[in-house]
Amino acid sequence: MSIDLKTIKHISKLSRISVDEQKAEKLAGDLNSIFEFIEKLNELKTDNVEPLTSVAETTLKLRTDEVKSKDIREQIIKNSPQDNEDYFVVPKVIE
Amino acid sequence: MSEITKQSLSELVKNIKDKKLSSEEVTQAFINRSEKSKELNAYITEDYSSALEKAKKFDQRPNFDLKLPGIPMAVKDLFCTKDIRTTAGSKILDNFVPTYESTVTQNIWDSGAILLGKLNCDEFAMGSSNETSFFGNVQNPIDKNLVPGGSSGGSASAVAGQLTPITIGTDTGGSIRQPASFTGTVGLKPTYGSCSRYGIVAFASSLDQAGPMAQNVKDCALLQEVISTYDPKDSTSIDFKRNEYSKELTNNIKGKKIGIPKEYRVEGMPKEIEELWQKGIQYAKDCGAEIIDISLPHTSYALPTYYIVAPAEASSNLARYDGVKYGFRAKGENLIDMYEKTRSEGFGAEVQRRIMIGTYVLSSGYYDAYYLKAQKVRKLIKDDFDEAYKKVDAILTPSTPSSAFKIGEKKDDPVSMYLNDIFTVPVNLAGLPGISIPAGHDVKGYPLGLQIIGKAFDEQNILNIAYAMEEKINFKNKITDWWIK
Repeated sequence: MSIDLKTIKHISKLSRISVDEQKAEKLAGDLNSIFEFIEKLNELKTDNVEPLTSVAETTLKLRTDEVKSKDIREQIIKNSPQDNEDYFVVPKVIE
Repeated sequence: MSEITKQSLSELVKNIKDKKLSSEEVTQAFINRSEKSKELNAYITEDYSSALEKAKKFDQRPNFDLKLPGIPMAVKDLFCTKDIRTTAGSKILDNFVPTYESTVTQNIWDSGAILLGKLNCDEFAMGSSNETSFFGNVQNPIDKNLVPGGSSGGSASAVAGQLTPITIGTDTGGSIRQPASFTGTVGLKPTYGSCSRYGIVAFASSLDQAGPMAQNVKDCALLQEVISTYDPKDSTSIDFKRNEYSKELTNNIKGKKIGIPKEYRVEGMPKEIEELWQKGIQYAKDCGAEIIDISLPHTSYALPTYYIVAPAEASSNLARYDGVKYGFRAKGENLIDMYEKTRSEGFGAEVQRRIMIGTYVLSSGYYDAYYLKAQKVRKLIKDDFDEAYKKVDAILTPSTPSSAFKIGEKKDDPVSMYLNDIFTVPVNLAGLPGISIPAGHDVKGYPLGLQIIGKAFDEQNILNIAYAMEEKINFKNKITDWWIK
């Protein structure tokens, strides 16, 4: 299998990471060598194996649904790159 | 009394309790040494003046019942610390100041310790050499221009260089044990679910675990005792009976069955590593342990599995860095353009590479072939360990396939960099505890480590084995202070 530039562009779009031509070529090379290494898994037959999703053999605990963090709007907004005291501000979405 | 910064945690605690040293004296000593050690680049953020204030406050009203009374300590910059910048080694979090504290660090402060500062690490803990950090390389105190390992490279460098008496790191595929091995220090990756992940910048949620790093096994046990608590804020935190690891520590390991997995004898492994392993086996025998040959047949599939599972989880976890709610934001023509430029300029090359791998293996049409396949192989790897633990109490392996390498040596070859974690990754995939202890030197005089892997929740057992072997090995770290002018 080989990852071509078109695939790189597609993944970059899904990842929301802009990629120029030069970077795309470098990434294609890197990803191809990594996937070559990953292909080793195909040696194994796994049809009847249950996938392992978590090693923590525990069921989620239930807790009472109560508000524990009150009046923390300031804290939430504090680190935003741009805000107007009440909201996160983003570039205009609707024309 | 020996020089303050040369003392182990246990010695410092005792000297503070016996009022032979004040917290201020100890804190000042580590600050002075840290100030003289800027060339190591171990710190990202220093917090010295408030550390001194806290130390003075402790001395005014000391509480000697605490486990870490007035002990200064720097931590990996992956733990959120309230009102102290937390970067995860990334440009994208360069200006991020958490409004809350991670559970693990809170436990440490509640035990009386004092924050010295935040330690350098690979960006988002993705790396094995600390070279992916936005804040630059970290030097290994062992030798100039030698990597300290990664991702907890700043932590390892700071402990080995005596800039902090102890520290904490995080380990997703070897990020505590590999740098511990590269710097001649001790590092424990606890069982998944032992230490809360709340407030730790997430990399791969099903693998990430915080753990202690120290100069010796006893200090490591004491810190593990402090940081391991059940935490309702982390849904994968496990409520089990935790030992008082340092109090229950014993070097009596007579009759313990220790497994030697033949699959860890990998192709191309330097002779020195094989010799170190044989030496380790002899030490374990000398301690009265019984050595049993075992097989972990799927070992060679662990790294390929890891390089699907970890990037997949990372791509999902790192989706939150979009330039809207916190962190760096680039200017864009519209919302999408802003997202794409923010992430392209804010993340470094290795992080972008892993996000791309993760996005690809989770994308439509490839999910079954890669991600689901990896989860199935992960099950086979865990089953190998379950099977082995029917016969043995613990497993002994080398920690890494080589000693520390030079800065820049492996930077441009991701696969060769990934191979560093060949012996540590299976432990994360199976959620088990593992500890690396220094066990010898190679011909260059660089330290080499041995890893002891335990059953889930059996930290006490591997700490005991490590403690017993440490005594026999009698390792002396060769720190020449080359960086101090």
